Amino acid sequence: MYYVDLAFNGLVFGCMYALMAVGLTLVYGLLRILHIAHAAVYAFGAYVAVIVANATGGIVFGVIAAMAAAAVLGIVIYRFLYEPLLSYPPYIPMIASIGLLVFMEDGFRIAFGEQGLTFARNPYPTQLHEFLGLTVNTVQIAIVIAATVCLLLLASFTTRTRIGIGWRATVSDPRIAESFGVDAIKVRHLNFAIGSALAGLAGALIGLLNNFVEPTMGFVVSYKALAIIVVGGLGSLRGTLIASLALGLVESYGTIFVGRFLDRDAIAFLFLIAVLIARPRGLAGIKAA
Amino acid sequence: MSAYATSVLAIMGINIMLAVSLNMITGFCGQFSLGHAAFYGAGAYGAAFFAAAGAPLPLALAAGIIVAGLLGLVVGFAALRLRADFLAVTTIGVSFLFVGFVRKQPWLGAEMGISRIPASGLGSEGNTLLIIACALVTVVASLYVDRSWMGFAFRAVGDDEETARTIAIPVSRYKLVAFTLGTAIAGLAGGLYAYFTQFIVPDSFGFILSVALMAMVVIGGTGSTLGVVAAAILLTLLPEIFRFINEYRLLIFGGLLVLVMRFAPGGLAGLAQALALRLRKS
Repeated sequence: MYYVDLAFNGLVFGCMYALMAVGLTLVYGLLRILHIAHAAVYAFGAYVAVIVANATGGIVFGVIAAMAAAAVLGIVIYRFLYEPLLSYPPYIPMIASIGLLVFMEDGFRIAFGEQGLTFARNPYPTQLHEFLGLTVNTVQIAIVIAATVCLLLLASFTTRTRIGIGWRATVSDPRIAESFGVDAIKVRHLNFAIGSALAGLAGALIGLLNNFVEPTMGFVVSYKALAIIVVGGLGSLRGTLIASLALGLVESYGTIFVGRFLDRDAIAFLFLIAVLIARPRGLAGIKAA
Repeated sequence: MSAYATSVLAIMGINIMLAVSLNMITGFCGQFSLGHAAFYGAGAYGAAFFAAAGAPLPLALAAGIIVAGLLGLVVGFAALRLRADFLAVTTIGVSFLFVGFVRKQPWLGAEMGISRIPASGLGSEGNTLLIIACALVTVVASLYVDRSWMGFAFRAVGDDEETARTIAIPVSRYKLVAFTLGTAIAGLAGGLYAYFTQFIVPDSFGFILSVALMAMVVIGGTGSTLGVVAAAILLTLLPEIFRFINEYRLLIFGGLLVLVMRFAPGGLAGLAQALALRLRKS
């Protein structure tokens, strides 16, 4: 039963990574930028969630506010940081993005303190349920359900609606999509809004799970999410989802089997490097850039 | 010289060595590496391990150089297979992997690091002089490489790999040379650091240092040795001069990166060039 517990734990983290990585891979697919500051959006979502939830007393309000605020932040980052840098080589926006992450993390520390914040009333992580012999808590279930629902909605949005199809068309060929009347600017705003809202949701849920929100919570997650989109084959949604779940599981089992030699973060990157050596273009491969 | 001044000078010299060697890999040869702190750490651990075992100074430093250079060669081979964006993320991985690995090794002191590093026998001023001398040699070597045929080949690889290959430049070989050379210098800096502090812990070689080194390169102006040296000096001294900054060090550092990239992506060297151009016109 122990191994099944590990698998479920891996699934929960895999879902969280997926929520993070989908936004990143969408940004990469559209703009070819490694959007490292995505992790700052994630931490921002967690802070908004904890502050709003404590102010209003409703955790649901907190989560919704986190998604909305993260979406706005994503659009602002695109408008004021990336848009002016699009004509430069890709490492310039990437360095700017790292700078923004470092800046925002230290900003959170100065504004809200080093110790981090906790939810005033959060009974969910300690509500345990027996489920097929597994013991799981409410937040873990919420993470799995939220990730599944959001990703299914996203999938149907990009295949069923006009703007969603325009979005995918822009990702595969911006010039031709534009000549067919797709508004590229609108697509980019939409892209950042949706990707960031998902990151904000992931941040809020992890904040709930740990009942704790701290300034550096996004730091390692950001690089893991980068590793995931690389393993998934930059820009590929399906590859990203597979890689997210695989990383969650590898970490979960890895900490048990090789935890004596490597810490959790190192295991994640060893996995990344091993996959890249075997398949230099990632799991899904990539069309020529 | 006061103890404070010698220690600031020593750190400055080490930062110059690290930034200039990273600039050889990233600025000259166009191989974007965000794992430079790992090679620095490999050099520090290599030297510290041998020094603690009783090896004399030159041997321990050589061990640091070799450990870091070999690791660099391995990552260089990865660079042959990977496209630019993949390489950036892989080198980030190397940075995390190094710290995660060292942290769990009892024979490297695990979390506690290596603390029984014997004194170099040069005294603290002697240490600093050695570091400054090594930094000067690094800068001169970098300027020399820049003007040499090898520097031309590096730039050709960095500018356009395909074209470089068409004019019969062995791209793979030069990438490996750039990685090995740059990381070996970082290894030397690590060895010098180990002797300077006589105490090293895994966290001194983490990802944030890799980012800070890359910041020195891009703020100085990618590819410009003197610009990078200026940025390394500036970024080492600023927190020392403005003590109140220390509390907000990362905030200012991050903000600076964003502003420089947003408004002057050419860095200090780019600004100097624009200024010179304007003066010549008027």
